[in-house]
Amino acid sequence: MKAGSRLKQVLQKGHFAVTCEMGPPKSAQIQGMLAKARAVKGYVDAVNVTDCQSAVVRLSSLAGAVHLLREGLEPVLQVTCRDRNRIAIQSDLLGAYSLGIRNVLCLTGDHQRFGNHPTAKGVFDLDSVQLVNIVKGFSERRIFANGEPIKEGAPDYFIGAVENPFSGPLELRVLRLEKKIRAGAAFIQTQAVFDLERFKRFMSLVRDRGLDEKCFILAGVIPPKSERAAIFMRDKVPGISVPDDIVTRLRNAADPKQEGIRIAKELISAVQSIEGVSGVHIMAIGWEEVVPQLVSETGLYPRPA
Amino acid sequence: MIVAERKPLAEIVAALGKCRKVLVVSCSGCTAVCFTGGAKQAEVLASSIRMHYRVAGVPVNTGTVAVTRQCDREFLQPIEHRLTGVDAVVSLACGVGVQFLAEAFADLWVVPALNTRFAGGRVGTTLWEERCRMCGDCILHLTGGICPVTRCSKSLLNGPCGGAAGEHCEIDSSIPCAWIHIYERLKRAGRLELWQKLQQPKDWSRGNAGGLGRLAREDYSE
Ligand code: SF4
Repeated sequence: MKAGSRLKQVLQKGHFAVTCEMGPPKSAQIQGMLAKARAVKGYVDAVNVTDCQSAVVRLSSLAGAVHLLREGLEPVLQVTCRDRNRIAIQSDLLGAYSLGIRNVLCLTGDHQRFGNHPTAKGVFDLDSVQLVNIVKGFSERRIFANGEPIKEGAPDYFIGAVENPFSGPLELRVLRLEKKIRAGAAFIQTQAVFDLERFKRFMSLVRDRGLDEKCFILAGVIPPKSERAAIFMRDKVPGISVPDDIVTRLRNAADPKQEGIRIAKELISAVQSIEGVSGVHIMAIGWEEVVPQLVSETGLYPRPA
Repeated sequence: MIVAERKPLAEIVAALGKCRKVLVVSCSGCTAVCFTGGAKQAEVLASSIRMHYRVAGVPVNTGTVAVTRQCDREFLQPIEHRLTGVDAVVSLACGVGVQFLAEAFADLWVVPALNTRFAGGRVGTTLWEERCRMCGDCILHLTGGICPVTRCSKSLLNGPCGGAAGEHCEIDSSIPCAWIHIYERLKRAGRLELWQKLQQPKDWSRGNAGGLGRLAREDYSE
């Protein structure tokens, strides 16, 4: 078997971690994704491979993660509860571990209504908290979801989950984070931070409950490409809040892309200085070539060996 | 109750095809209560069918008959005498009633006039909403009387997803997020600990994921 998670090591050693996100193609043609992977290689500690994000059919996250492994990058396998039941999910997790994948990110998944097959039957046999707990059961108790022992080769994943500090009552989000940690989440990726004030309040509640001591929190950052992109996220993407001053800055900028990069760098530096934040997760959404610049210009390059 | 909606007339007459003697059977149970399947709606449907065929230049013979509950065998036998010579019956019951009707009369051709939508109730003058998914393992005592299986769009059991916008579900801004409402209700009742406990994966086999639902009552005798 291959070694354990490098992302886990980086975090445990106290380094400020950097991960980024990569969406597999809407085809079986992997070249474009591999080019993006090569571009970010060395600048991030791990790359998150999305699982049919926005409920749009894409190359599977498992296959995408294996492609990244072959390129020498460390993948984080995203697994949602939307399309698979507990049998399929556990099966995929055994398979992924056997192929060398060591990090898993457990999500509920966007509702199928948002995607390109809105008439599909959503599975949601499990929810993300239960999924986290099942993966924890693999390593901690060496059992399947039904309690049956895994006789040999039980996967020992570095388990991640997501939290959205910007959705619904703030204290509810903190309690939910706590629930995920109790279920077994070792790292947490947050929804993209634009609203720094709310994020700071969230983190202070997190610290009050000592949750930052119990898991690694990676703050999500999206470099906004244009005013239109920012408005789209604000109005159309569930659970993202984009304050007006960010939209205004992009509108007034001579070069909106450069302004977007500036905003992202400011956000990265800002979250880095918030106590309890252990890293940053960059979601460039098709603009992955900007990742190296964001990382090096915020002093996060080179990455720890 | 069971909430149902009328199928479009075009679909019903298409299903009737060449049938020329048609009996419309109403149901005085749930579908009457939600104003889709009662005696009045049966009259309206029967005359619409007649009109449709008259315009097409084909005479049809339609009649109506009221059944107290089509999902009850004892109420079906009494209509047997009305079925002589009938090519098809159009049932205004839910899917249960349609099937009980078909089962009661082996040679009868049955056409459903309704789409059975859900178990729910009336929440506005012209609005009905689902309340129960019939999972067979009720957890309403843990969720402040609000069912997350039914009312959360993803049937989550451990709290809201990250998509809730304000108080609303990510899939539709007119649907409240069930989990935010559960949370607020538990908080008001001082029983948040109910939610903080991890809900294990649900046994879906007791509901419609498990195959034909059956209930044998050993405790019951007539
Ligand atoms: S927004 Fe609320 S009701 Fe809608 S899917 Fe998420 S948790 Fe369920």
